[in-house]
Amino acid sequence: MKFTSNEQMTVMAAREIKNGDIVFCGTGISMVAAMAAKHIHAPESIIFFETGSIDSSLEDIPLAVSDPRVMSGGSSNGTLFDAFSTMQNRKTGDRVIGILGAAQIDRFANLNTTVIGNYHSPRVRLAGSGGSCDVASFVPRLLVFMKHEKRRFVSKLDYLTSPGYIDGPQGRQRAGLPERTATTVITNMGIIRFNQSSTDIYLDCCYSGITPEQILENTGFEIDISRVVPATPPTNNELEILRKKCDPEGYFS
Amino acid sequence: MPQGWYCMYSKTEKVMSIEEAVDRFVKDGCHISIGGFTINRNPMAAVYTMIRKRIRGLHLYVHSNGTAVDELIGADCVSKLELAYGGNGRLAPTCIRLRKAIESRKIICEDYTNYQMALRFLAGAMGVPFLPTRSSLGSDIADVWGFSAHMRACNDMVPDKKLVIMENPFGNWCDTKKIVLVPAICPDVTIIHVQKADSQGTCRILGNTFADVEQAKAARQVIVTCDELVPDGELRKDPDRNQLSLIDVSAVCPVAFGAYPTASYRLYDYDAQYLSEYAKSAEDDDRFRAYHNKFIFGVENHEQFLALIGSQRLASLKADPRKGYSLEGRIRSQGDAT
Repeated sequence: MKFTSNEQMTVMAAREIKNGDIVFCGTGISMVAAMAAKHIHAPESIIFFETGSIDSSLEDIPLAVSDPRVMSGGSSNGTLFDAFSTMQNRKTGDRVIGILGAAQIDRFANLNTTVIGNYHSPRVRLAGSGGSCDVASFVPRLLVFMKHEKRRFVSKLDYLTSPGYIDGPQGRQRAGLPERTATTVITNMGIIRFNQSSTDIYLDCCYSGITPEQILENTGFEIDISRVVPATPPTNNELEILRKKCDPEGYFS
Repeated sequence: MPQGWYCMYSKTEKVMSIEEAVDRFVKDGCHISIGGFTINRNPMAAVYTMIRKRIRGLHLYVHSNGTAVDELIGADCVSKLELAYGGNGRLAPTCIRLRKAIESRKIICEDYTNYQMALRFLAGAMGVPFLPTRSSLGSDIADVWGFSAHMRACNDMVPDKKLVIMENPFGNWCDTKKIVLVPAICPDVTIIHVQKADSQGTCRILGNTFADVEQAKAARQVIVTCDELVPDGELRKDPDRNQLSLIDVSAVCPVAFGAYPTASYRLYDYDAQYLSEYAKSAEDDDRFRAYHNKFIFGVENHEQFLALIGSQRLASLKADPRKGYSLEGRIRSQGDAT
């Protein structure tokens, strides 16, 4: 079965979600990925949104995290405090995996979603953190969706919105943040993984038709490509579930 | 008359038109917070009223309010903005007039996170000067101020510092070495939209309340617009389900479809077509002027605005009673898929 670049990224992200995970997601392909995981291999995973809805039924696809479609059929609706305590309390905090997107990422997996250029007179103003910095501050496991371009994979961010490993090994510890055990960056070319201390950044897999060299050309910092394997493309089963059960209207394909 | 007297007497008639409420409580240059989240329960009737009245120089506080903020900024009502997020989901990944206003330095803004803004409203509601969090340690949100030290020193309504990072005063209690203290927000006015209210100000919000309750309790005056003004006593039959009480609210303004074009869960959906066309108009100054002339200044009030939209289109937004949103097809919008 043929598939789009977005569908490929969605399936790759879905495979990262484990049964029993509590998944923080925005809308767009991050939500579709979480929904796909739940339908395919992680039926006991729970999706929640920063607006306060927990385990929404998601019978119809929301276009924003405040869409009334996130408020329907869930376990509970609430407040921003409910969402952010889910990421921090001792009962659920360790089980949360966050999914974020960004305009820029650096070699310490820090993210920028605020400005391109100078903060006070930006060339391009972006939406800002929203809950992104909160998620990046709190959760132990993070998936990041990125378009794979050199101007997005940069050695230095224009603005550090959401902390990754900040300035290297023990960076989070020095800053006073809880530990991050894994950061996985899913792009339109392949998957890059950061280990716990960001001392090891490696290309895990690249999609069919993409070479590791192409990925290096589009990455503005060093990554290890010695361990790369070809990605397993989305299966027919994964694509069918994605198209029929998750996003039948094709909003995010 | 002392400030806040509207809140003091449960028998006081707080019901008034949104025009009257804006006249009474929203002054040029005042500090204001707006409830709702991106495309849901934004107090749009109040926003359009403020625009028609050409309110200027607002200092605006929001967490992730998209639609209302972009309209207010686009109409030059705002001079300073403290925010976490200025986007409208799939319908505008970054709010367009907000982006233009910041890029051209027409407004000054300061960035926080959603959780920090929620905590800041909560601090205001609690009457404490700040609340702590671990969020943003190591980031530019913690390091870069939007408002200068000079501007802060000259303005009594703005704290001297954006935030403060300190060692955990309880040692390593809760495995936490450092914390970020975020300052309370105490707006002059908070405006929220609710599904139901009574004449005394008791409010019932359906669906996520976001941080609306904290925003209301942090403010000196609270304007509530409601889709439905219910007879006194009705909401008291089930007080467990009410989020704001009569002592919290200064004005109750009944406005059918008062959140339109944003959604009011269980009553009506957001109008994806309107928001999408708005985004297109917002891209171009001439088109945006035409938009203003037609939809905002071309009508006198929200009722006339709704008449312009047409009853058929509003009917298509009517929420399904089980799901809480419209089952009629939404239009597909352009935009960044991620």
